[in-house]
Amino acid sequence: MSGLLKVSSNPHIRSKATTSGIMAAVIISLLPAAGFGIYNFGFRALVVILVTIASTVLTEFLFGIYRKKQTITDLSAVVTGLLLALNLPVNIPLWMAVLGGVFAILVVKMLFGGLGQNFMNPALAARCFLLISFTSQMTDFNCDAYTGATPLARIKAGESVEVFDMIIGNTAGTIGETSMIALVIGACFLIMLGIIDLRIPGSYIVTFALFTVLFGGHGFDPAFLSAQLAGGGLMLGAFFMATDYVTRPITIKGQYVFGIFLGLMTGIFRFFGPGAEGVSYAIILGNLLVPLIEKVTKPVAFGKGGRKS
Amino acid sequence: MNKSSMSTAWERLSNGLLKENPTFVLMLGMCPTLAVTTSAVNGLGMGLTTTVVLMLSNLIISLLRKIIPNRVRIPAFIVIIASFVTVVQLLLEAYIPFLNDALGMYIPLIVVNCIILGRAESYAYSNPPLPSFFDGLGMGLGFSFALTCIGAVRELLGAGTIFNYHIMPDSFTPINIFILAPGAFFVLAVLTAFQNYLKITRERAGKDASKIQSGCSEDCMNCTEGGCAKRFYDTSAEKKETEEHASQEPVENDKKEDK
Repeated sequence: MSGLLKVSSNPHIRSKATTSGIMAAVIISLLPAAGFGIYNFGFRALVVILVTIASTVLTEFLFGIYRKKQTITDLSAVVTGLLLALNLPVNIPLWMAVLGGVFAILVVKMLFGGLGQNFMNPALAARCFLLISFTSQMTDFNCDAYTGATPLARIKAGESVEVFDMIIGNTAGTIGETSMIALVIGACFLIMLGIIDLRIPGSYIVTFALFTVLFGGHGFDPAFLSAQLAGGGLMLGAFFMATDYVTRPITIKGQYVFGIFLGLMTGIFRFFGPGAEGVSYAIILGNLLVPLIEKVTKPVAFGKGGRKS
Repeated sequence: MNKSSMSTAWERLSNGLLKENPTFVLMLGMCPTLAVTTSAVNGLGMGLTTTVVLMLSNLIISLLRKIIPNRVRIPAFIVIIASFVTVVQLLLEAYIPFLNDALGMYIPLIVVNCIILGRAESYAYSNPPLPSFFDGLGMGLGFSFALTCIGAVRELLGAGTIFNYHIMPDSFTPINIFILAPGAFFVLAVLTAFQNYLKITRERAGKDASKIQSGCSEDCMNCTEGGCAKRFYDTSAEKKETEEHASQEPVENDKKEDK
């Protein structure tokens, strides 16, 4: 009787990818940036990272107990905590980091239904929450290693910056955003694993570069352009936060539209806005438009539509 | 008769305060709710101003309900409401200038507050003056209560004070976002959720937690067709209740027969 056919319902072909596997890969890919942040800013950076992760994980755990449905093992809370920590300045009071972590998980993620239902990237929403609430602490980048403003703020004020330092990451800024090299290494790892692709980051960065050349006020100035690309949260945002599975468009065309939109918004915020940085606001604004983008770019089902002669 | 009208008045009052709180339950008047509640004082001021307008406009509209033709009732309501808003604004400007400055544009905007027009349309236009007056008072106090709560929470978290008294210790860092627009949404949502939580637990405990379904509870008989009837989620149950009620005491309003 071994010739019996096995009958089962679909899906018949399953991918090996699991949520926790993908999240673990994202965590590993963020380690170079986190490691460089700790090297750059000292021991306190490690404390901030650990406290933020602890707060997000604990919030998710407690909420899981309350809802009697534990989701802590998918590691998404760790990713949120790590991303949030990389977006904080090193000298932030720890309770603010905790508040941000609780806000990210509880308000932005869990109250909307947990992972997969959040309409906005939790880490970025928490960063913006903190940025609005505690503007002075969130934009105070003075620490033992560096004093003064971030490179982007200095450019905005008309001072000159060392582009090479910005690419390596020896500048002031939030914990994880300074080193372009460490971020790109992590991003390459994710791209090789096929977890992210270049559609969103590519269209984002190219659009932003074009915008910089056209409206940045410096024309085609390689030093200015590379400083703008390496500075601020652009790399971190483009590779790790705009590509978040939950809050990016599903459709391929939509992903290009999304990337272009982010590039335009970042450019507008940076060059025409009052602040020097605009990546976080650009991405959460883009997150809000995702349902609309998906609606417009929905592919036509096979056999339907087509050209009418 | 006197006793029953008193009980109606009391019923209207508590209805507006709790059962059908305009902000937390009916979700009416969101514009002032979100915009002016940056502090407890502003919330209370806005609430009481609205209460005065609501009581008087309900009273007058109820008195005139047999004179106002059905077709032009909305313009007529607006004229009455706008007159009272103008009176109240001039009084505020003369006697409480700081509140007038704080509320600013939102005082004239009371004219278009949907609580006032909603109560005129769904209650005062089809009910006698006394219950209408108390309906306005109850709704207004419910609105004031809600706005003061929201304002107090936002002021506490965003500035560390309540009614300008320092509550938080000096080491407290104000969370600015609660004074800004997003904070209004957060606080409103959390307070509404808390209110729903209380209601659901009371329902589970078996206590009569008033079904909250519409803006006109027991008075559906008096509604003009196409008014409240369609707004009920469960029309049949509500109708049965109304019929029972109607058989007990004759409906005072006979507008339909008039037409």
